[in-house]
Amino acid sequence: MTHPRTPNRAAAATLAALLLLAGCGSTTKGSAPTADAGAGTAKADPNAPIKEGLKVAFLPKEIDNPYEALMDRGGITAVGELKGEGKEVGPSDASASSQVSYITTLVQQRQDAIVIAANDPDAVAPALREAMAEGVAVVTVDSDAAHDARRVFVNQADSEEIGRSQIRMISQQIGGRGKIAVLSATPNATNQNTWIEFMRDELGKPEHAGIELVKVAYGDDDDQKSFQETQALLQSTPDLKGIVAPTTVGISAAARYLSTSPQKGKVALTGLGTPNQMRQFVKDGTVTAFALWDPEELGYLAGYAAAALASGRITGAQGEVFEAGSLGERTIGEHGEVILGPPTTFDAANIDDYDF
Amino acid sequence: MGDKPLRWEAVLLVLCAAVFVAGAATTPGFTDADNIGFLLLDHTAVALLALALLPVVLVGEIDLSVASTLGLCSALTGVLWDAGVPFETIGPVVLLAGALLGAVNAVLVVGLGLPSLAVTIGTLGLYRGLAYVVLGDGAVTGFPENYRPIATDAVPGTFLPFSALLVLVVGAAIAVVVHATPVGRALYAIGLGEQAARFSGIRVRRIKFALFVASGLLCAVASLVYTLRYNTARADNASGLELVAVTAVLLGGVSIFGGRGTVLGVAGALLLTAGLRNVLLLNDVTNEVQNVVNGLLLIVSVLVPVAAGALRARRRTAPAAVPAPVPEEARR
Repeated sequence: MTHPRTPNRAAAATLAALLLLAGCGSTTKGSAPTADAGAGTAKADPNAPIKEGLKVAFLPKEIDNPYEALMDRGGITAVGELKGEGKEVGPSDASASSQVSYITTLVQQRQDAIVIAANDPDAVAPALREAMAEGVAVVTVDSDAAHDARRVFVNQADSEEIGRSQIRMISQQIGGRGKIAVLSATPNATNQNTWIEFMRDELGKPEHAGIELVKVAYGDDDDQKSFQETQALLQSTPDLKGIVAPTTVGISAAARYLSTSPQKGKVALTGLGTPNQMRQFVKDGTVTAFALWDPEELGYLAGYAAAALASGRITGAQGEVFEAGSLGERTIGEHGEVILGPPTTFDAANIDDYDF
Repeated sequence: MGDKPLRWEAVLLVLCAAVFVAGAATTPGFTDADNIGFLLLDHTAVALLALALLPVVLVGEIDLSVASTLGLCSALTGVLWDAGVPFETIGPVVLLAGALLGAVNAVLVVGLGLPSLAVTIGTLGLYRGLAYVVLGDGAVTGFPENYRPIATDAVPGTFLPFSALLVLVVGAAIAVVVHATPVGRALYAIGLGEQAARFSGIRVRRIKFALFVASGLLCAVASLVYTLRYNTARADNASGLELVAVTAVLLGGVSIFGGRGTVLGVAGALLLTAGLRNVLLLNDVTNEVQNVVNGLLLIVSVLVPVAAGALRARRRTAPAAVPAPVPEEARR
């Protein structure tokens, strides 16, 4: 191990020394030792009582994000139902490091559990591992951290269901036949590409034989670019019947373009969007139905998972079952993942019941 | 020295003590060794950037590209590590890169005579942009666990993190140079009057050039600590941190016009902001309120010396026969 070095105005000397040092050791990506998993061997006791006065902290990606605020509200409700004490604290920017000092602070405050939506899966991992070593139950929600840095990950819906349900929705809206296009985010977004793969797979089924996917366009999750891509799609394929935009930025930009174009009501649009973004387009007939999971329910589930974990009812092992209030029972899957369930579909009938 | 009724450094140390005593009295967990360690650890990068800035501000210049330099060095670390370059090679390469980035600032400011405020606002954007060009919006992780303890662990048996020790050593070195060498005296002379300094034989351009290079080098050191601490190399690392560093320098009593300020003052300001932030965090005070508190502190720190100066000036003009006013700063 090297000692910390003292750069001063004798910069050259320092550099020379370090260059010398460079010749000695050789720690490369492959050869470097990696962090120890530190997995617990504790046994779950499904009948353990939920601890009295559990203190559960919800740590969002950033504190002013409305989606995250809603999620944490759901979580705090869940902890309240269990007679615990829930709170939301977090940074005002979503950079890699800003959550770390909050994690260490929560450990100092002797919280029983931390529920975090990680900004960077690896940046928060060391601090979360330390928290677990101090006996804090760590649950990730919505956006996972490194697997060994948490016990349970509460995920929205499984990717397969998201992908397939989009095709089922657009098929229904265009009467089962015609050309469709996908308006995605960036070409290398993991979640988007997984969904699109399952969309293609679903399109291969005989009941969707009449539908042809003509193009996948990328709006880069940028409002203006998504708007322009929608315009280009409609121009390049005049007989286009429908667009699937599995991104909240894409779907709202596409809806805005369609709502003032002659194709309004003739080209179907669906995908993943928030009710507040899409309300006016559902009311003016541009969009009939779209989907998203309910972030408040996602947080609610995470709150119950955290309470069960902190009380020793579960350890995060596959197959364990826990009670999640009004959502009923949930089973832990592979890698400690718990799934909320299929996304909620919003249409003219129910959109006013949601505010996010 | 010492002819002022109230030295700002003393005020800062009293404020520090107040924050730490209040924290210990009101906030459970504040005085835990672990917590003090975290408190110092969280401020390591800011402290290094502030120390990089201090000599530059002393000569009446500014370097706003410090956090972007950190970001670009971090991105470079990530790319090299991903490509399988040994970490022992990455270290010196990144330090060299930092010095080069500082040299670019130096060429523009000293060589071309451009204002450092404009130049380093430019490189603030430029270096951050280059960081995204180099690394994209992804992240590189999995840095070697045999080096990470330098940035994360405490010296065995104490609460003092290795990286805080590094800050202490760097701070001490800068204090010696600034306060006890001819070069240090030259810095103050340049800050108080560049013309006069030049006429008295001080090599102003050479010194300024070296200061920007040293600033870049220190930012590179900070980037290595930052990358190892958070185990992640990203283009947005330390984004916005330049303002926190500038705040610490000004709160430390360093004049933005140059020629006045001490390392002790900056150290006091760093400790004060670190302690305050930690106490507020432990009490669940929201970020917005923390920003308000920090903003007020900064304004007060700029206001107090001005107010004190005005008060002294009035007192001095009261007696009739007063020798021609010698600028207070020039005598220190």
